[in-house]
Amino acid sequence: MSRVRVLAGTRKGAFILTSDGKRKKWDITGPHFAGWEIYHMKGSPADPDRIYASQTSGWFGQVMQRSSDGGKSWETVGNKFAYEGTTGTHQWYDGTPHPWEFKRVWHLEPSLKDPDTVYAGIEDAAIFKSTDGGKEWAELPGLRGHGTGPKWQPGAGGMCLHTILLDPKDPKRIFVAISAAGAFRTDDGGKSWKPINKGLYSKYIPEPTAEVGHCVHRIAQPKSKPKTLYMQKHWDVMRSDDAGDSWTEVSGNLPTDFGFVIDVHAHEPETIYVVPIKSDSEHYPLDGKLQVFRSKTGGNEWQALKKGLPQKNCYVNVLRDAMAVDSLDKCGIYFGTTGGQIYASADAGDEWSAIARDLPAVLSVEVQTLK
Amino acid sequence: MVRVVLPQHLRTLARVGDEVTVTPIGAITQKTVLDALEATYPVLQGTIRDHGSFKRRPFVRFFACERDLSHESPDVPLPEAVARGEEPLLVVGAIAGG
Repeated sequence: MSRVRVLAGTRKGAFILTSDGKRKKWDITGPHFAGWEIYHMKGSPADPDRIYASQTSGWFGQVMQRSSDGGKSWETVGNKFAYEGTTGTHQWYDGTPHPWEFKRVWHLEPSLKDPDTVYAGIEDAAIFKSTDGGKEWAELPGLRGHGTGPKWQPGAGGMCLHTILLDPKDPKRIFVAISAAGAFRTDDGGKSWKPINKGLYSKYIPEPTAEVGHCVHRIAQPKSKPKTLYMQKHWDVMRSDDAGDSWTEVSGNLPTDFGFVIDVHAHEPETIYVVPIKSDSEHYPLDGKLQVFRSKTGGNEWQALKKGLPQKNCYVNVLRDAMAVDSLDKCGIYFGTTGGQIYASADAGDEWSAIARDLPAVLSVEVQTLK
Repeated sequence: MVRVVLPQHLRTLARVGDEVTVTPIGAITQKTVLDALEATYPVLQGTIRDHGSFKRRPFVRFFACERDLSHESPDVPLPEAVARGEEPLLVVGAIAGG
């Protein structure tokens, strides 16, 4: 029978939750790396026992961890992220030039084919790659250096590269997203990059339709239809059907289209999920009711999913890397909150239950479906 | 031989106890002690001082002999009592909540 492993990164350590394919009873181990912020953990699609973790601290900087036994044991790997060449400047919050400085690793994306190859999205925004299991890291400098870098600026969480999507059909195509710069794509394995933000409209930048400067919070991609992309922007839920060359808004009947997470059903490329958040200054659900919204039409028509979720006095947030899906049938959907709950649905969102309730604030959730 | 006391998180990371000893090369300074510490425990590279610049991380402080040495030049000799192994160099995480 299949099993499911949930990798949860929190403000004070990592937790690993496991269940059989029924997804009713869960075992929890942790905290791993107790007391450290775990921004992200992700397993290799090529070898599920290989897991990478970003362990970070305002005091002691960045540590990288790697497991080769499904998270039972860990070894530290390389933590040196040196920008390639002249670092230059990006914009600071007030628009003044600010030098690029490494702060932390936000997101890890293991290769679809090779367990020793992994990409890292970092703050200040750049993408790095390791081909030796995380021992050495080298920047793909074409992204930061392609020309628009001086116009990028930090979002409230910092100037982070938080999304990396490896195209399942084209090994040379990678999508990334940066807050607040926008989305970018390479078609040559990371040598050259171009902004893909046409159709985005952002009132908080001087030129609302600018080529870069948009605060993209998250992008999701259906594996079976990789030219389709879904985006949760600061405000607005967007969709592209041409690999990001153009975007259209699909917020439709959402009660608020601010939010952080967005994800896609594992088997239905037009079924997508968001968690609407009241506003950019009130990072909690509307009216204290935690609701996932599902669209089965690729956007525009949304249905509130609330069975099993708190419907009063709920003022948690769901951060950008804190939603994931499994690939079982029915598809499981998972998300973590800043209140320390991890909610799961084993029926594509119809009903939810808390599979962990009192963890530290959840920063990221990833799911592995194990044979 | 120089004694160094690490903060709890770095002890866990380096898998050591309350105190470690290192043998710096040359004069006993912050730099030579940290060089020796990082050579013995490579996992600590980048956690006390930055890669490349070797600047002390902002929320890390160095105390010894009831003195704050955080803002001393890394090349200034440490107190004699530290150099003789009578007193440890304390690597401390700044009190900053969290």
